[in-house]
Amino acid sequence: MQLRNQTLLTFVGAAIALFILPLIVQPFGPGWVRIIDSALLYVLLALGLNIVVGYAGLLDLGYVAFYAVGAYLFALLASPHLTNQFPALKEYFPNGLHTSLWIAIPLGAFVAGVLGVLLGAPTLKLRGDYLAIVTLGFGEIIREIVTNLNKPINFTNGAQGLSDIDSARFFGSDLNKTKEIFGIEIPGVTQYYYMFLVLVLISVFICYRLERSRIGRAWMAIREDEVAAKAMGINTRNMKLLAFGMGATFGGVSGVMFATFQRFVSPESFALNESVMIVAMVVLGGMGHIPGVIVGALLLAALPETLRYVAGPLQEMSGGRLDASILRQLLISLAMIGIMLSRPRGLWPAPEHGRKGAPKGGQA
Amino acid sequence: MDTFIQQMINGLVLGSVYALIALGYTMVYGVINLINFAHGEVLMIGAVTAWTVVTALSGTGWPGWLLMLIALLAAMVVCAILNFVIEKLAYRPLRNAPRLAPLITAMGMSLLLQTLAMIIWKPSPKPFPILLDAHLYNIGGAVINTVQILILVVTVITLFGLMFLVNKTRIGRAMRATAENPKAAALMGVNPDTVISFTFVIGAVLAALAGVMYAANLGTVQHTMGFLPGLKAFTAAVFGGIGNLAGAMVGGVLIGVIEALAAGYMGVLTGGVIGSDYKDVTAFVVLILVLTLRPQGLLGERVADRA
Repeated sequence: MQLRNQTLLTFVGAAIALFILPLIVQPFGPGWVRIIDSALLYVLLALGLNIVVGYAGLLDLGYVAFYAVGAYLFALLASPHLTNQFPALKEYFPNGLHTSLWIAIPLGAFVAGVLGVLLGAPTLKLRGDYLAIVTLGFGEIIREIVTNLNKPINFTNGAQGLSDIDSARFFGSDLNKTKEIFGIEIPGVTQYYYMFLVLVLISVFICYRLERSRIGRAWMAIREDEVAAKAMGINTRNMKLLAFGMGATFGGVSGVMFATFQRFVSPESFALNESVMIVAMVVLGGMGHIPGVIVGALLLAALPETLRYVAGPLQEMSGGRLDASILRQLLISLAMIGIMLSRPRGLWPAPEHGRKGAPKGGQA
Repeated sequence: MDTFIQQMINGLVLGSVYALIALGYTMVYGVINLINFAHGEVLMIGAVTAWTVVTALSGTGWPGWLLMLIALLAAMVVCAILNFVIEKLAYRPLRNAPRLAPLITAMGMSLLLQTLAMIIWKPSPKPFPILLDAHLYNIGGAVINTVQILILVVTVITLFGLMFLVNKTRIGRAMRATAENPKAAALMGVNPDTVISFTFVIGAVLAALAGVMYAANLGTVQHTMGFLPGLKAFTAAVFGGIGNLAGAMVGGVLIGVIEALAAGYMGVLTGGVIGSDYKDVTAFVVLILVLTLRPQGLLGERVADRA
């Protein structure tokens, strides 16, 4: 009973801390809350990729493609671009498309999920490194398409990207507008924080349930030994497709969120570096372990961002060679190498259940 | 028809560069099963080193071919040392770790090298001087210049040199033995560490060679220049059958030719819907098709199932 009370106490404590965190941070400036917001977005992405990489053991380097799909989907459905381009559409929607998030989120999840399954289908035979390289290629293909789909008909506006995307609206309330509740001013970034937090909590719950379900166990069996899993009667093909699809839905939703948060999307945001970074978050934190993945995402997303504020003096000292973005890249790359060398299983790996005698050098 | 011949020449030259890079990939993968994501960046370091040497010596009035040779040697030495150190520090400690770990360090290393190059050489692209006299030769209405001829010749010589090295020399036999089974090789008196170091050094020398050729043909150097050719060269290595030298060569040339033809004709064939802007995608489309239809590659044995 003592222990239960303690868990409950930590739980309630964490909930309160998460709830008031932005209120404490926001007096220091909206920039800091923005950093937390984007960190939460990365947590969402990392949780999705963790399903594919962590649970099912399929190394997916094209994950950012689903993120891009979600983001562009919302960008097209909630910005003036399409109605400006196609007069016929303008006749039906004279005020623009302004698709609601209630439609966009499930739609983004669905489209990305279907795409995930489509990508998974031809790669089922591959494992490990080969899968990594094929998914990487897929991610690049999507990015090239998005970059070049501005001619002959302009769908994506090419490298310039799409702007003027709607901010998030729920029940007639625009999250981008500052509100006052009980005398406390709540700016837009803080309201976005709560929206992202809700999504992250839902995702954690989904992942937690998945991990303990038959599906989750099947994934982990595939990760540990695919042949044995097959022999035990697991339909490895369907399970792998399901992993790709499930992971992709997270990417799609994160993309929608990204679009409504930034209100601008361009192909630049979906470069390969982004995919590598999300993989790094999952692997550095501890593959297949929800708290580990969250820690990895927060660490890689938030820490380098905060450096932007100390980068100024360093930039002067180095004669302009070391600017904030270069410093950020440097730190991320060093973290990737350093953490892997010191803790190849991640910072906070999943506890191994009775695998003491298991041989090292398992599968990817 | 002129366009066709011209695109074939462009494709062959580009393909030769890809082949040179692919040889490095395929040897490293063959010996320790690691996709060395940093290989393209080693190439880039070679190219910027060469650029530094050439610009430093440009006032001496030495002939272009001599400058080129010095730059090439410098690039090779720098890359060889770099790759030797990378292998020792970043990959060797992880040889028995879970398979994802070395892959992540390789990606981290690729990012690190790019960042360091950005800090040392600044992010802006720099023109690579024309060192060899830019004589144009006419072949059936198409043109080819001296650098491009040099690239073709160097690639062929390198391939045969490597084949000799791997198939006929003692260290080559040790490499093949380690690739086959490191433990058994060790029992037979081969030191796998030496062999792996040697493989990385050879790979780096090839990357330096490719980097300088690529820069000379392209006319610029930049910290991002290694990434895409690296990726395409890996595709080439897989296409040809990874671990197979001739396969890397064939794969490289084919990828280069496919890309050049796609750049020349895709827009015409699809009525402008899919323009030449998509040429960078062709390598990946080929990759996906190859891995789905013939995972062992054109000349390789079946390895895709090897986890």
